[in-house]
Amino acid sequence: MDADPRFTLSTGLLMTKFSDLFKGSCLAVLLASAVPVWAQDSNSIIFVQPVEPQGLDPTVSSPVAAGQVTWQNVFEGLVAIDRDGRVVPQLAKSWTISDDGLTYSFDLRDDVEFQNGVHFDATTAKFTLDRILSEASTNGQKANYTAISDVKAVGVTTLVLTLSDRNADLLYWLGYPAAVMVEPSTVDSNGTDPVGTGPFKVTEWRKGDRVLMSAWDGYWGDAPAIASLTARFINDPQAQAAALKAGQVDIAGNLNAPELFDQFTDDPAYTAVVGAGEMEVIAGMNNARPPFDDQRVRQALMMAVDRPSLVAAVSSGYGTAIGSHFSPASPFYQDLTEEFSYNPEKAKALLAEAGYPNGFSFDFKVPNRSYAQRSAEILQAFFAQIGVTANIQSSDFPAAWIQDVFKDTNYDMTIIGHSEPLDIGIYARDPYYFNYDSSDFRAKMDKVATATSEAEREAGYRQAQEVLAQDLPALFLFSYPKLGVWKAGIEGVWENGPVPANDMTDVHWVK
Amino acid sequence: MTRLLTLFRGLLVTAAVLLAASLVIFLLIDAAPGDPAEIMLGTSAQADTLAALRHELGLDLPLFSRYLSWLGGVFVGDFGQSYTYGVAVGELIGDRLTVTLPLTVMATALAVAVSLPLGVVAAARPGRAEDNLASLFAQIGIAVPNFWIGLLLIVTFSLNLKWFPPGGFPGWEAGFNAALGSLILPSIALALPQAAVLTRVTRAAVIEVTNEDFVRTARAKGLTKRRALWRHTVPNALLPVVTMLGLQIPFLISGAVLVENVFNLPGIGSLAYQALSQRDLIVVQNVVLLFVAIVLVVNAGTDALYARLDPRLRARK
Repeated sequence: MDADPRFTLSTGLLMTKFSDLFKGSCLAVLLASAVPVWAQDSNSIIFVQPVEPQGLDPTVSSPVAAGQVTWQNVFEGLVAIDRDGRVVPQLAKSWTISDDGLTYSFDLRDDVEFQNGVHFDATTAKFTLDRILSEASTNGQKANYTAISDVKAVGVTTLVLTLSDRNADLLYWLGYPAAVMVEPSTVDSNGTDPVGTGPFKVTEWRKGDRVLMSAWDGYWGDAPAIASLTARFINDPQAQAAALKAGQVDIAGNLNAPELFDQFTDDPAYTAVVGAGEMEVIAGMNNARPPFDDQRVRQALMMAVDRPSLVAAVSSGYGTAIGSHFSPASPFYQDLTEEFSYNPEKAKALLAEAGYPNGFSFDFKVPNRSYAQRSAEILQAFFAQIGVTANIQSSDFPAAWIQDVFKDTNYDMTIIGHSEPLDIGIYARDPYYFNYDSSDFRAKMDKVATATSEAEREAGYRQAQEVLAQDLPALFLFSYPKLGVWKAGIEGVWENGPVPANDMTDVHWVK
Repeated sequence: MTRLLTLFRGLLVTAAVLLAASLVIFLLIDAAPGDPAEIMLGTSAQADTLAALRHELGLDLPLFSRYLSWLGGVFVGDFGQSYTYGVAVGELIGDRLTVTLPLTVMATALAVAVSLPLGVVAAARPGRAEDNLASLFAQIGIAVPNFWIGLLLIVTFSLNLKWFPPGGFPGWEAGFNAALGSLILPSIALALPQAAVLTRVTRAAVIEVTNEDFVRTARAKGLTKRRALWRHTVPNALLPVVTMLGLQIPFLISGAVLVENVFNLPGIGSLAYQALSQRDLIVVQNVVLLFVAIVLVVNAGTDALYARLDPRLRARK
C-alpha cells in the first residue's frame, strides 16, 4: 500500500469494492499463466505509482504524490534523506548547529544551476524557505518548519537559520520533499512545468497517464545511468501487476497487491523484494467519547485482536504486527507487540472491570479502501469474541472520511494507514482526530524536540512509543511492507521506503 | 420561417435546461461532504495554510458568487482552473476527449454493427438456432457488467494471447495504430452491453413490423421473404432502435467511467471519477455539465433522425 497524495496518514489505493471482489480473484488466478515478453531498453526506466499527483511541485499542497514523481529525480533540497532514512548533504555541503540548537548555518554548493540556467545560491535558498513560512503559503507541511524564525543569506554560499525553539527534527524535515529548493521565477509554473536542480527534467506530463522525464546534461552531480525516466499512474493494484507482467512498466516500487506478490517472487524474470515500509495501519478511537475514554476499554479491545492472524488475512502475511505508532522502517522503532497481546479472557475481565461485563456496541467508520475494509471485518469478529459489537459503516475516502472522522471527530472508531515518517507527534496535537490528551505523552515529545544529542532524541522517541503502547489512543495493528517488484537486470532501486519516494537517480540496467 | 422559429425555440429550451442543470449540479456538488482545500493539503496542514489555499482557490467567496463566476466563465468559454491540476479545465477536458470520443464512437459503431444484423436475423427466424444464439448473447451482454467483461478481455487477449496491451494509452503521438490498438478491448467491453440491448430491441421491432399489414401486402405482391424484410420491415423497424440508441447514450457515458478505470485510460470518465474522489469540484461541475449537454445534443439528433426515418413526422411539420 502506498501513500495517498493528499494524506500524510493514508494509503492511496483508489480501489473500490467492485474491483476488489472481481479483479483480485480472477486476475490472481490467471496472471500466473502469463509469460512476460518485452523489449528491453537499457536507456530507459518506467516506474509505476498508484496515485497521480495534483501538481508536480512538492512545495505546494500535500507533497506525497508530487514527491513520489519529482523528489530527487527533479527537485533537490539543502539536505536529502537517503535510502536508510538518514539525513545526508545535498545542495548544502555541510552545516553547523550552535550549542543552544537555535542557529543552523549551512555551507552551500556553488556549482549548482537550476534547469532553466539560473544559478542556485543562498538567496534562492532563503526565498524557498521564506515562501514556505509566508502568510500565503499553501505548503501542507508548513507546521514542520515553523520553528524557523529567521532566514538569512550571508554572502553567496552561506545560509543561516535562526530558530525560536530547539527542534531536533528540523534537519530531517529540510530533507523532506516539501522543502526542496525552487527558483523564484518558476514558482507559479512548477506545478505543471517543474524546474529543479536534479538530474532529470520533466519533458511532458500526459495528465491522467504519465510524466516523461529525461536526463538533464547540466546536472551538478554524477549523471544518471539512464537517459529517460517515466512515471506511470496506475491506480488499481491488479492493473499494476498486469502492466508489470506485460512488460509495460519496469519497476513497481511498492506493488499495492500483496496477494499477487508471490507470482513475482517465484518468477526469475523479476526481482521481488520485501522492504520495510512506513505505513502503520491503526484503528483510531475517539478518546473523548465513552466508552473509549476509558483506558481499560481500549486495552481490552487491543487484547481481543490477534495481530499476526490479522496480517495473514489482510495482506497475505506481508506485514509486521506493531505495538505502537512506529513501523520497523523507523530508526527509532521499538517492538512493543508483547504489551496487550492477544488474550480474549483477560480482555473480557478487563472489560468487566471497566463496567462492561456484557460488552457494548459501537459504530466503526471504515474508509472504502480494501485494506481498511478487510481489516475492519476481521476486527469485528475479534471484538465479537469479547462481547463487543462493531457496526461497520463504510465512509467515502478521502472526502467524507476527512470531513466526518478527521475534522468533525464524529466517530467511535475508524481505521486508517499513517504513512508519514516520524509522525508520532500527531498524538501530542490538539486537536487531532483521536481527541487524545496526555500531558505525559506531550512531555516525551518535548524531550524529543529539545534533545541536544542524537541519543537523547532517540530515547525520547522510544519513551513516546512506550506511553502510546500503554495508553492505546488507537489500536496499533500492523505495518505494511514495501513490496518492490522490478525486472531482473535492474539495480539501484530503493528496497526500503523511509520516505514515500521513487528516487531513481541510482537506477540502472546491468550491462 | 416556421422552421427557423422551431429551431430557435429548440435552442431556447436547450439553454434553459442547461441553465437549470448547471444550478442543480452546482448545488449538489457543493452540498457533498468534503472540502477541496482540505483534501488537497492533507491532514498535516495548519489552519492558516488551509485558509490561504481556500482564498487562492476562491472557495472563501459566497456560494452564489462562486456560481455566477463559474457560469459567467462558461458563457465565454472559460471553464475555470482545476483545483488539483492547476490547469484550465477546458484544456483538461479537451485532452481527455481525444480518448473518450474515439472510444465511445468505436463502441457505438461496434454495438450497431453487431446488434442490427443479429437482431434482424433472429427476428427473421424466431425460435430457431440463430434466434436462440442471439437471445443468449443478449442475456449475457445485459447480465454481465462491462467492467468485468473488460477484465476477462484483459486476461484473455492481453495477458495470455498478448494481442493487445492490458491497459493504458500510449497517446496519439505514439502512432495511430498503437493508440487505436489500446482502444480496441475497451471499446468491446463498452459495446457489449449496448449491443445486447440493441439486439433485443431490434429483434422485437422487426417481429412487430413483420406482422403489419403492409408487409403482408408486400409479400402478397410477390416479394420474397428476404426482400420484404430488408426493403419494408427493417426500415420501418428502425424507429425504436434509434430511440433506444439515443437513450443508451447516458449509459454509454457511465459505462465509459467504469471501462476507462478498468483499462486505465486517461479519458473523461476517469477524469470525472478522479476529480470526484479528490473533490476537484470545478472539474466535476464542468464534466457533468458536458454530459448533460451531450445528452441534450444526442436527443436533438435522435429527433432529427426520426424525421428522416418516419415520413409521418416530416409531414406533420
